Amino acid sequence: MRAWTNVAAALVAVVMGGTAICAAENAPSAILIRNATILTVSHGTIEKGDVLIKDGKIAAVGTSVKAPADAQVIDAAGQFVTPGIIDCHSHIAIDGNVNEASVSVSSMANIADVLNSDDIAIFRDLAGGVTVANVLHGSANSIGGQTIVIKLRWGQPADKLPFEGAKPGIKFALGENPKRSNFRAPGAPDRYPATRMGVEATIRGAFTEAKDYKRSWDDYDKKVAAGEKNVIPPQRNLKLDPLVEVLEGKRYVHAHCYREDEILMLLRVAKEFGFKVQTLQHVLEGYKVADEIAAAGAGASTFSDWWAYKVEAYDAIPYNAALMMQRGVLVSVNSDDAAEATHLNQEAAKSMLYGGMSHDDALKMVTLNPAIQLGIEKRVGSIDVGKDADLVIYNHDPMSAYAVVQKTLIDGRVYFDRDKEIAGRGALEQEKKELLAKEKKAAEKKSDEEKKGEKKPEEKKPEEKKPEEKPKPPQAEGVQGGAQ
Amino acid sequence: MCTSLVAAARLRAQGGEPRSFAIRGAKVVPVGSAPVEDATVVVSRGVITAIGTNLTIPADAWVIDGKGLVVYPGLIDGFTDVGLAPAQSGGAPSGAGGGGQQAPVSRGPEDRPLTTPWRNAADEVNPSDPKIESWRAAGFTTTISAPKGGIFPGQAAVLDLGGERPGDFVVKEPAAIPVSLQTSGGFRNFPSSLMGSIAYVRQVWLDTNWSTQADGAYEKNRRGTERPKYDRTETTLAQALGKHAVVLIPGNTSLQIRRALQLAAEWKLNAVLYGGQMGYEVAPEIAAKKMAVLVDLKWPEAEKDADPEAVPSLRTLRFRDRAPSSAAALEKAGVKFAFYSRGIATAKDILPAVKKAIDAGLSPEAALRALTLSPAEIFGVADVTGSIEKGKIANLVVTDGDLFDKKTKVKMVFVDGRKYEVREPIRPSEPPKGDLTGKWKLTYTTPEGDEESTADLSMATDGTLSGTVSSHRGTGNVFSGYLSGDKFSFMITLPINGSPTDVSFTGTFDGKTMKGSISAMGYTFDFTGTKPSHASLAGGAQ
Repeated sequence: MRAWTNVAAALVAVVMGGTAICAAENAPSAILIRNATILTVSHGTIEKGDVLIKDGKIAAVGTSVKAPADAQVIDAAGQFVTPGIIDCHSHIAIDGNVNEASVSVSSMANIADVLNSDDIAIFRDLAGGVTVANVLHGSANSIGGQTIVIKLRWGQPADKLPFEGAKPGIKFALGENPKRSNFRAPGAPDRYPATRMGVEATIRGAFTEAKDYKRSWDDYDKKVAAGEKNVIPPQRNLKLDPLVEVLEGKRYVHAHCYREDEILMLLRVAKEFGFKVQTLQHVLEGYKVADEIAAAGAGASTFSDWWAYKVEAYDAIPYNAALMMQRGVLVSVNSDDAAEATHLNQEAAKSMLYGGMSHDDALKMVTLNPAIQLGIEKRVGSIDVGKDADLVIYNHDPMSAYAVVQKTLIDGRVYFDRDKEIAGRGALEQEKKELLAKEKKAAEKKSDEEKKGEKKPEEKKPEEKKPEEKPKPPQAEGVQGGAQ
Repeated sequence: MCTSLVAAARLRAQGGEPRSFAIRGAKVVPVGSAPVEDATVVVSRGVITAIGTNLTIPADAWVIDGKGLVVYPGLIDGFTDVGLAPAQSGGAPSGAGGGGQQAPVSRGPEDRPLTTPWRNAADEVNPSDPKIESWRAAGFTTTISAPKGGIFPGQAAVLDLGGERPGDFVVKEPAAIPVSLQTSGGFRNFPSSLMGSIAYVRQVWLDTNWSTQADGAYEKNRRGTERPKYDRTETTLAQALGKHAVVLIPGNTSLQIRRALQLAAEWKLNAVLYGGQMGYEVAPEIAAKKMAVLVDLKWPEAEKDADPEAVPSLRTLRFRDRAPSSAAALEKAGVKFAFYSRGIATAKDILPAVKKAIDAGLSPEAALRALTLSPAEIFGVADVTGSIEKGKIANLVVTDGDLFDKKTKVKMVFVDGRKYEVREPIRPSEPPKGDLTGKWKLTYTTPEGDEESTADLSMATDGTLSGTVSSHRGTGNVFSGYLSGDKFSFMITLPINGSPTDVSFTGTFDGKTMKGSISAMGYTFDFTGTKPSHASLAGGAQ
């Protein structure tokens, strides 16, 4: 673990220094990955297959694919190629607090404003094969902040991270976190809501307000259209704007939840107000209400075998993913954690043990299924002609515990290359040593100067500069006093 | 004594002080035009009236021999709080009504957390701020000073660092609306996250625009329309923007700078970036947006007493190494930039920090411009200050050599045409005998009768003194204080009828009692300082 941290820390600098960015920007327009076992996810496995990438997109998949003469060839004999891993629940790349926890409806806060392209977790997850992450506000609030889907384009500035065209989302949370069960400060008054009933009331209240707000805008638009003059427009409200977007189907709801009762509550409230819950996150009791979830068309994004860390997680079972999938729910496995995300392939594979899920269905839970849940399945999630060349090359089958990522590509660019990163370590360690030595030297010089400076006053007697000098009358030259 | 002191102050301000000077035979570096050797600068009644080589010096001018001296425009500190009274306590949430002492919990943008844009630096000038003199002594005649604390702390003003009354200082108000993206701290008050702060600032700009629009519509159609509410934040911000105050947006690292560029474009504001220390990575991007930058001179450095085991990341090390090269990168990219001292506590550290930027590739010409004409341009006062030009304000700094040379000393400073001597800081020559730390009762007799003061002193091991002296005349911070052997000396500045007046205390310390004299405005009287018991102090001076 420690060694790994060091590697990663050293690697930060490579890319931030610009070398990797340049490498990526100068990526060849065509790349041919040859002789690999290709796990397409959408149409089975191709042994000794090739993937041709042109201008960032997958141009051909199959055996004996012909490539342009200038294509860069990656010989992947004995290796496995999969679509990039998609993490449907991530909190990486956020500058500042993950929660705007002061209010239980914090929909004015937007993760898109605070994407942190310097976060080392981007690199670490990339090294674990993750290419896309659904970056969510935390779960402190009934209605949390706005969320965004990003590509892990490590080394690019923050404004190049968002997944172009992906529908934005908003985080909801139910249960213990929004009612602050485990976060109470002694002596401090409880924040409303403090019960599951209160969480429901908070969501209802917010959407009632949002509907009223929408109506006031509709009325205003009508008046203006009718030619009325001097109409005062409603005041823009950044808290309510995203809720109106949810009502209009322009923004996805990703709802953190655990217990069956709160899951059913949210599905009822959504039906009543006329919006859809796009994904239920964690949803550890989802196996109890899988039919209802499937009927509502909500996706479920869960953990493999992570439970009992609080009361509402006691009824979790590792069969949850497999059971929900059997009842027709679209299921993905997510990380919720930067370290967990580095082995999401293995997290998915656990369902092969718990619930007997097929190899391909398990792989789908971290590729095509989260892509569908995030509405980006036309672009990513499987190896098909025309999709983005977001690919991972493993040395073993990714459902194996021995699988290690060799290369991660996004948009046809190699953003992680294990061999190159390891080879680059020495130079970075050297640079670090030199900079530390330089700082040390400068500090010593400064300290010497300060010592000299302290001796200086011995040359001067304070009597020479008497502070009690009296103002003298103005003279032609060397005038004293001024307007002090 | 009070009456006589006031009379003396008036005498000096009205009659005794020359208002016309000629610096003859100096090297003049005007900024904006080429330096002139052996030149004369004439100033009269606060403005520069002539510059040239063969000038006839007006008969009423006080002539200063400038041989061996260099005359520069007065330096401008692009963002600071020098010259302002200490920040109001609290400053936390206060709504349209405002004024509450205990800040209520802020539950959203409507509670206007950390927002006091109605505070105006021009209204908070404190002529007794001891930093004024130390900044002048470092060559600064002008500051862009802003109230501190909060997301919208208040409006900045351009101040000239000299004058008798607060109003004398103000060159332009408002000059800028500084914005920070700070959080309330803790989880109970909105905003508690960076994204919350950004959302909040965005909401405030929307509200400000809406307020202007709504008020306009309401005035035309008052009957039958629901009245838009009054909001002090919206009103004062709209007024300041209407007076073309620039908006200062923070951005120090590349991540923050790029974000600031985006936010400024989104908010459609006349924005200026402050921070800029990773300019070495993003200068061309700043240039592409034509954004001006205030560069923070408090360069990043290793934490003092940091855990030696905790080795910083390479990125952090690179930042510390390269930050001073940001100014050079901005110069090369063609970005307009100025320097500011805001994180620097003592004025004498400012020019050495500029020197670091020069050592890292910045041209000395650009460095000087970033301390003079560029900030004047950024804050819209270049027509009256920022360079030595006929008709501009007589803000000058006179040195005995190149401004950025370590050995160079500032000899005198002109602010609004008034001449200020630069006092050498006094340092003790001998180890102190005894310790002056503690509370002292100073008793003395003025022409008005017996008086006493309380001195709360603290002495460093080398004998340097700091602290305060209080009496019914006010409280002054101790400066130029020391105990050298058994000799002590310290000064305070007290406002006497609005005019800052130096009061000096000198004498000998026998290990138990201070005996010496107090001098102020030409008057001297003896005093005795004793350390009273707590009981007698409680009923004493205050």
